[in-house]
Amino acid sequence: MKEKAKILDKDTIGRTMMRVAHEILEKNKGTQGLCLVGIRNRGAFLAKRLGACIEQIEQKQVPVGILDITLYRDDLTLIASQPVVHKTEIDFDLTDKNVVLVDDVLYTGRTVRAAMDALMDFGRANSVQLAVLVDRGHRELPIRADFVGKNIPTAKNETVEVRLEEPDGKDEVVIVEKN
Amino acid sequence: MPVAWTRKDLLGLEDLSREEIELILATAESFKEVSSREIKKVPALRGKTVVNLFYEPSTRTRVSFEVAAKRLSADVINIATETSSVKKGETLIDTGRNIEALKVDIIVMRHNYSGAAIMLARHVHASVVNAGDGWHEHPTQALLDIFTLKEKLGRISGLVVSIVGDIAHSRVARSNIWGLTKLGASVTVCAPPVLIPPEIEKMGVKVTHDIDEALANADAVNVLRMQFERDESGAFPQQLEYFKKFGITEDRLKKAKKDIIVMHPGPINRGIEMSSEVADGANSVILEQVTNGIAVRMAVLFLVAQANEHIKHEDTD
Repeated sequence: MKEKAKILDKDTIGRTMMRVAHEILEKNKGTQGLCLVGIRNRGAFLAKRLGACIEQIEQKQVPVGILDITLYRDDLTLIASQPVVHKTEIDFDLTDKNVVLVDDVLYTGRTVRAAMDALMDFGRANSVQLAVLVDRGHRELPIRADFVGKNIPTAKNETVEVRLEEPDGKDEVVIVEKN
Repeated sequence: MPVAWTRKDLLGLEDLSREEIELILATAESFKEVSSREIKKVPALRGKTVVNLFYEPSTRTRVSFEVAAKRLSADVINIATETSSVKKGETLIDTGRNIEALKVDIIVMRHNYSGAAIMLARHVHASVVNAGDGWHEHPTQALLDIFTLKEKLGRISGLVVSIVGDIAHSRVARSNIWGLTKLGASVTVCAPPVLIPPEIEKMGVKVTHDIDEALANADAVNVLRMQFERDESGAFPQQLEYFKKFGITEDRLKKAKKDIIVMHPGPINRGIEMSSEVADGANSVILEQVTNGIAVRMAVLFLVAQANEHIKHEDTD
């Protein structure tokens, strides 16, 4: 594994999140019926940050939930790389809400597919939208994001690593090349 | 970083490390939330088949496993041996292989012989979960007891736990002793001398024949069912005499810690192991144990299925 390039630094991530928050508010015409659901692990932190940005802009709080999609994955063998199943924490009703799913990287689309299945079990949302910090391409399912922080075209042997202050100690997005 | 679960089977707690037990408990914590949803189901084991193979009558354990498997979207088949070919003389291994030929993924087995689950696990590729084997182990019961204790008191390490009842013939006691001592609790067993197996101290527990002593410093007391129906030797005390000497009553609890936790694996013999007032009282967590049993069994089914999937994957690579 070797780091190839740093795509986003702390300040850029901050500005990007603020822009995405504005876009979410613009599309949804404010905070009415709006809620954010972050996909564990890093999507959960990003959802909280987006919630804070929205509050800063509109002076209104939107509900923020956390989704663990381990139990909705389509391949049990892939789970072992993250062996602990964490809790889903959505303590508000999703019925008739406009839900914005938040994740760090959009890649094959399989995580988002699983997240949508999970969301459906929690209630019938009015709409489900998708916000990601990075879209790196290579979709395997017909899924696209409504809000994208940055499009980063990548090769298959590269991965995009999003590092965030909360779990990783610093904010940055880098492209890593697998050997 | 927590350890990963790599075992195809769950046969007992004796072989597990502290970290493995903690992984099951942590996983169960996440699964508990699923049962609180309006749609109490996740697709984690969709397309997997679980067989409940019960050589002994059981309602609560079997139903608990069945509910757990269904909440994971697995298909469940129940086999009670009173109505099966076992009656016609089929051996355990033949039964296991026949079940496996049906392309079953997990066999949950209760058997009256100690070690039966271990033997079955050696002969089938499917995962085997021990739902009680003879006097040996009943790991998921102990795990749900420990899960409930941890949920109530926030920790296991440093707790004082007393187990009261027929220790000699109890797989629940044995699994609890393994689990609790591995997690750092100090365990006392309490029963009439005939119901305490020799050399039990070697498992790292204290022994007393005095119920008040067992209750005195305990954070929790796990009261086992007196299985009078299994008494072949005639060694059991009379029921009324047992209640007088070992039954948990409100008067006895008054002398214990105020918030002592009272557990029982069920079904309760009211007026034998404990009074009705205690069973239904503020210290009792008996029904919470039942609820937690589902989360713990979901975690176990999920972890063994995932590990077995990995093992199969590596075989074909």
